[in-house]
Amino acid sequence: MSRDDKTGFHSPLRRKLLMGMAAAPFAGMMPKTAFAQTPATAAVNTTGLAVTDTEVTVGILHSATGTMAISETGSIQAEKLAIAQINEMGGVLGRKIKFIQEDGASDWPTFAEKAKKLLVQDKVAAIMGCWTSASRKAVLPVIEQYNGMLYYPTFYEGLEQSKNVIYTGQEATQQILESINWVVKEKGAKTFYFIGSDYIWPRTSNKIARKHIENHLTGTKVVGEEYFPLGHTQFNSVINKLKLTKPDVIFTDVVGGSNVAFYKQLKAAGINLEKQTLITISVTEDEIDGIGGDNIAGAYSCMKYFQSLDNPNNKEFVAAFKKMWGEKTVIGDVTQAAYLGPWIWKMTVEKAGSFDVDKIAVASEGIEFTKAPEGYVKVHANHHLWSKTRIGLAQKDGQFKVVYESPELIEPNPFPKGYQ
Amino acid sequence: MKTAPSFLNRRDMLALAVVAALLLIVFPALLDGFRLNLVGKYLTYAFVAVGLVLCWGYGGILSLGQGVFFALGGYGMAMYLKLEASSVENTKIQSTPGIPDFMDWNQITELPYFWQPFHSLPLTILLIILVPAFFAFVIGSAMFKRRVSGVYFAIITQAIAAIATILIIGQQGYTGGVNGITDLRTLHGWDIRTDSAKFILYFVNVVLLLSVVGLALFVRASKLGRILVAMREKEDRVRFSGYSVANFQIFVFCLAGVFAALGGAMFTLQVGFMSPSLVGIVPSIEMVIFTAVGGRMSLFGAIYGTLAVNFAKTSLSESFPELWLLGLGGLFIAVVLAFPNGLAGIWNDYVQPPIDRALKLRPKHQGDDVAKQAASTAPAE
Repeated sequence: MSRDDKTGFHSPLRRKLLMGMAAAPFAGMMPKTAFAQTPATAAVNTTGLAVTDTEVTVGILHSATGTMAISETGSIQAEKLAIAQINEMGGVLGRKIKFIQEDGASDWPTFAEKAKKLLVQDKVAAIMGCWTSASRKAVLPVIEQYNGMLYYPTFYEGLEQSKNVIYTGQEATQQILESINWVVKEKGAKTFYFIGSDYIWPRTSNKIARKHIENHLTGTKVVGEEYFPLGHTQFNSVINKLKLTKPDVIFTDVVGGSNVAFYKQLKAAGINLEKQTLITISVTEDEIDGIGGDNIAGAYSCMKYFQSLDNPNNKEFVAAFKKMWGEKTVIGDVTQAAYLGPWIWKMTVEKAGSFDVDKIAVASEGIEFTKAPEGYVKVHANHHLWSKTRIGLAQKDGQFKVVYESPELIEPNPFPKGYQ
Repeated sequence: MKTAPSFLNRRDMLALAVVAALLLIVFPALLDGFRLNLVGKYLTYAFVAVGLVLCWGYGGILSLGQGVFFALGGYGMAMYLKLEASSVENTKIQSTPGIPDFMDWNQITELPYFWQPFHSLPLTILLIILVPAFFAFVIGSAMFKRRVSGVYFAIITQAIAAIATILIIGQQGYTGGVNGITDLRTLHGWDIRTDSAKFILYFVNVVLLLSVVGLALFVRASKLGRILVAMREKEDRVRFSGYSVANFQIFVFCLAGVFAALGGAMFTLQVGFMSPSLVGIVPSIEMVIFTAVGGRMSLFGAIYGTLAVNFAKTSLSESFPELWLLGLGGLFIAVVLAFPNGLAGIWNDYVQPPIDRALKLRPKHQGDDVAKQAASTAPAE
């Protein structure tokens, strides 16, 4: 504060004024809603969504029952946590978030039915939901038809982009390319053996991995590729082939309960993961809970988030999550991605100054979330997230030790040229 | 047995009128578009349940694999719709434009030969009826000619349902795999996703269902229906009387299969996709449960049972997303324990007699006597 003797205006009023001016920039940094007058409902909601002067309704649509419940529970918890935290801060555009939870029951037609109910009957402003690709594919036409907004948390195969979906997980190239480059560089890997569950995500992921290994790197090749039905538990034959071909790297995208059998049988067959490099794109802390840390210690997992990430955002997030859902809960990659959904939606609504889906779809590009547990993320024009890729080494206690982190954010590319 | 109930007697007429009024007038008047579409979806399962009443309730053939026939119809329709949605303009971002997206994702570059007929709508409709009929005929011939029946037949149909699921999921390049066939848009140029289309499809569905029920009533009232009941009660005696039991069994199994396939085709049209989650053991058994709740001897009960169970399912899961399965399970146990003859049993015991008195019909009906005897002599199949 400079003294201006000419005016001699030293009144307390002036001081107050100056202090107020000095505070103004800080006010801009505070959450807007804390200060801004709550805008009129008619102005922020022109399409008849469930928005009142005090509340806005969103939907949570995951499997709370059925085979997928074990995976999707983490996402439900993360979304509820994010909503609670946003409400504590004053909500979205001055409105508290109310959520309606529906159960997809691990059944794809049910997902479509419930999505339609949320959009047509409850008029929710956004849906946080879906987990498997199949449930997303079932819901997508409904969301597009009724012009809803879906925040989808799971890492997935790509080959999709919709105005009505924000993909907060990684598409396949974000997970795969960096991990293969890393294993080739760090471990001098030349030969790869692919093992996956038989459905669209592993097949597409392995196709991308294969193209990368064969066309974009030199001296590397794929020596085997095998698929097993979902829920398969007999991996002895493929384990014998592994012993025979001795690949430098076992690259797996086996999902769900099959993982438990796969890693136990690997260990029983004497394949020691401390010596044999295995890299997976499908095992998070959630899966290790079932597999057992002893059975998988030494394997590498390629994700964008691990519970053990050492940054202030993550420490806060892990503490809040455990406070809400219990000390014993573990947080996997998808759980964190699910946590991003409500936050990104809130920031997009505030940027757009409206709950209208069309405005949100446009405003999404460039939304930045600096408080993300995984670190800084940003929404790309293609509605996927720029995010880092990390490689974790599985520990006996079920956590991962981060051994690599991509230096830059990786651009999402759901339709990778040269990899299809 | 003195007289068989005649086709479309007063009682059936009344029941048919009531169900038609409910489905064609009451529901469309009371329910909004979304709920009406849901009822439409439930009613597609009722096709299967009606088939099961004939096949299981009357013929005594318990099939735990009706999901397979539902899927044959549903996938047939889905294949047609998918081909229409996969025009070259719609799919130009693919490596091979003009084929369904999931084929492209699985490195298939040419439309497989068995997809070719589904370019044509009349051929598709024909195949939706013929393929399940043929498939049921093959299974039926293989089993009934060898006198496989009862529990063994049930187990084999269940195995077929499991195989069909594995086949569909495993051959994802040709079938869409776990995801199923999704993103269906138009039927011969008519957008099936609009609200008005859903409304029209609902009525098409109801009329088709009522025709199916009419056909089933006709079968029940015919000599064939009497033979079915006789076969269920004493198979050998029918055989010794000179009837070819196997042929009757094959016929009713095929008929139930075609009914299920019609339901499947309507399901695809109304829900907008088809997936293997409707093929396997669980959905097949669920359909038997609908029939059991409705009362396995009652064609109308099949419709009410299907509606009741699915309404319960939807409303319970909406109110208690994490606990609803337990509630539903409890409800089943309660119904089966308290009312072994299902909703139709309650109706026949408590509601029908006063109505009959009002209509001055005879208090007891021949057909029901047979049915009740059957229920008491053979409580479990």
